[in-house]
Amino acid sequence: MRLYAVVAAGGFRRYATYRVATLAGVFTNTVFGFIMAYTYIALWDERPQLGGYDMSQALTYVWLGQALLMTCAMMGGGFEDELMERIRTGDIAVDLYRPADLQLWWLAGDLGRAAFHLLGRGIVPMVLGALAFDLAIPRSPWTWLAFLVSVGLGVVVSFGVRYLVALSAFWLMDGAGAMQIAWLAGLFFSGMMLPLTLFPGWLGELARVLPWSSLLQVPADVFLGTYAGWDVVRAYAFQGGWAVALLLAGRMLQSVATRRVVVQGG
Amino acid sequence: MDDMDFIELDGVEKVFDVRRKTGFMRRERREVRAVDGISFRVPRGEMVGYIGPNGAGKSTTIKMLTGILTPSGGRLRVAGIDPSRERTKLAHRIGVVFGQRTTLWWDLPLRDSYRLMHRMYRIPDSRYRENLDRCVELLDLGALLEVPVRQLSLGQRMRGDIAAALLHDPEVLYLDEPTIGLDVISKAKVREFLRDLNAERSTTVLLTTHDLTDIEQLCKRVMVIDHGRLVYDGALAGLHEVGESERTLVVDLERELPPIELGSEPSVRVVKVEGPRQWLAFPASASAAPLVARIAAGYPLVDLSVREPDIESVIAKMYVSDPAL
Amino acid sequence: MAEIQAERTAAPPPVVFSERSRLVEGVRAYGLIVAMWLRSTMAYRASFVMTTVGNFVSTAFDFVTIMLMFAHVDVLGGFTLPEVALLYGTSATAFGLADLVLGSMDRLGRRVRDGTLDTLLVRPVPVLAQVAADRFALRRLGRITQGLLVLGYALVTLDIAWTPVKVLMLPMMVLSGAAIFGAVFVVGAAFQFYAQDASEVQNAFTYGGTTMLQYPPTVFAKDLVRGVTFVVPLAFVSWLPALYVLGRDYPLDLPRWVAGLPPVVAAGCWVLAGLAWRVGLRSYRSTGS
Repeated sequence: MRLYAVVAAGGFRRYATYRVATLAGVFTNTVFGFIMAYTYIALWDERPQLGGYDMSQALTYVWLGQALLMTCAMMGGGFEDELMERIRTGDIAVDLYRPADLQLWWLAGDLGRAAFHLLGRGIVPMVLGALAFDLAIPRSPWTWLAFLVSVGLGVVVSFGVRYLVALSAFWLMDGAGAMQIAWLAGLFFSGMMLPLTLFPGWLGELARVLPWSSLLQVPADVFLGTYAGWDVVRAYAFQGGWAVALLLAGRMLQSVATRRVVVQGG
Repeated sequence: MDDMDFIELDGVEKVFDVRRKTGFMRRERREVRAVDGISFRVPRGEMVGYIGPNGAGKSTTIKMLTGILTPSGGRLRVAGIDPSRERTKLAHRIGVVFGQRTTLWWDLPLRDSYRLMHRMYRIPDSRYRENLDRCVELLDLGALLEVPVRQLSLGQRMRGDIAAALLHDPEVLYLDEPTIGLDVISKAKVREFLRDLNAERSTTVLLTTHDLTDIEQLCKRVMVIDHGRLVYDGALAGLHEVGESERTLVVDLERELPPIELGSEPSVRVVKVEGPRQWLAFPASASAAPLVARIAAGYPLVDLSVREPDIESVIAKMYVSDPAL
Repeated sequence: MAEIQAERTAAPPPVVFSERSRLVEGVRAYGLIVAMWLRSTMAYRASFVMTTVGNFVSTAFDFVTIMLMFAHVDVLGGFTLPEVALLYGTSATAFGLADLVLGSMDRLGRRVRDGTLDTLLVRPVPVLAQVAADRFALRRLGRITQGLLVLGYALVTLDIAWTPVKVLMLPMMVLSGAAIFGAVFVVGAAFQFYAQDASEVQNAFTYGGTTMLQYPPTVFAKDLVRGVTFVVPLAFVSWLPALYVLGRDYPLDLPRWVAGLPPVVAAGCWVLAGLAWRVGLRSYRSTGS
């Protein structure tokens, strides 16, 4: 357990060293936050209460999206590129001899990264957004706590998806295509572009049961207090269910893949 | 410019402002004189070794000679051209090989990279073909031309890079660590090629290296730079005199024994013993053969190897033998 | 053999070059390097097809989002879907062109960090051309394609009283717009000479800018519109000329004739971008970092 804590701390520190990059990212998140906020204002001006949100909730949704974009790695988080590269070059064989579980190792590192991105790239855009617009910030500390739990589950779900994609490099010569499809799905079905409650008919229903809704839609709804009482637990169960399912699928794929490595001798 | 002053440097300096973090949000500005007043001349057709410890200012000098960096002071000319002002004009007349950074195209056959050089440098067709044939022959690239660069070994890639730098008939060739990481055979091939190039085309060559054998086999003249200053400029033999360098003979004996004693050879001494393995230092100029024979005669020898002196140890020796430097 | 040897001993005469303008040299070098990247891309054909489709789909999501919005409203900021599609199509196509031609310039910071920029500086062709052609990615045609499709949709559905000026306005705005975005790419790259890790800053102006231009100016706060009109003149990419074509009011009470300014603005942007690049490169060459 201590080993993984160290790996997670390493993941945190690794991203913390790039200060200029973090500043640049915060700047970009903020600019996008402003652009999206104004388009949402135009939309909610026409249709107040659209998707079950009032204006300030909709604006809060925009800034949550900017704050969680990197944390939940909706456009990719970094570890998957590295893992793919190790698979492609065969360095993965070395990792398999490490006295640590391959999946937990990468998960720990990614959790560390997510923690940094939540602090480094999440807080400032959120604060700036709150200064410029009237946001629906929860008063109760319990809501904040419930939100953080939901974000944590979202990160694990995101990891589960990206881990599967990265392992595809065992079979595909160049995984860039698979990666791109994954982050496209992440961007669209997480609700990053538009809340999933605005998706019409079957598209909306589908989007809400896909794993990506765990990355933004569910945490945002927890933050906005959409869930009352036991509904929060049901939301956690949804996220947790996907997290477990994806992690298990990752393990299975991993064991198939590593058997291949052992057979081929790398 | 006459041929004696093909490359001229007069008091060339390069000063960097280094900002160092000294605490959270606190920074300290410091001036670093990477090159601190260097002057030398290289006549056309000479082959010069440019050596020094890491961070001594070698690559900064090369970057100024190629026009990548602008000097902070002093005067610098290559073939009569001020490199920093007329960088692209000079580019036609120089070739550069950065040991660690290939300029070849990773996913394409080697030949494609050469075609790009052909067109980018506007090399006349006949000249291009002639130069390519020659490089292919002497660098043994014939079988590699259609192979994607990513599939080449380090040594093959280095040979490929050297050829790429020579297709446009540069008058001077800068080589930054051309033999680093290469196997013995590749090293020998590269050296032989450079010797021929210099002899037949009288291409001026300036090379930096960590491998003293490169210098021994290629350069009559060596310049040593340290802390941004030229601390030695002369024949290689002179460098050895300044700091008589030593080679090391590593012998594995059958069992642990007291340090080997060879009474009649005062210049040989045991520098380290570790179990059955012993390290003996002997003058670099002496032959190892008689030494080995004598040890084999008196001791139960299992295995042995000879280690060449490296630049660092030679330079370290220089300081020991002449503190005035 | 002996004669050949003797002949070779003489140093070969330096090749003679006619002085050409740096612009021509740069464009030619750009073409040469792009051709190399195209050939490299074709080494991974399947991946190329997938990433091109991905590029198309990912950029199309922007318009899908707008369509989803219009599933709930009839007008956004006073503009109908076909009108927004015209704004979107022109700005997406212009940005797509700039992205195709110069989109990899944000890799400059990485080249500075790992020292590979030096290998470009010893070549006899302009560095800007080499950096611009670096990692040329044909998959970016995906973005242009979807931009053109949306533009086509807008032109088919809109009921515009076409005049010769309005017809000319379309190609003019797409090309000038691409040039304006291109200048932003160059300035962003020049900035990376100073801050190698700051490549994301330029995303705010390029990707952020094109996102903003895809919506009507009436949606945004006055100060934001002022910013993209007078500071980073992205409004000239598509907003002003497209509003002219649509016969709608301009933001900020600007006069009608500003719709014809994009070529002038683009030229001005390139002068500034060229200066920024020169200053950045000079700084690199004096500091080496």
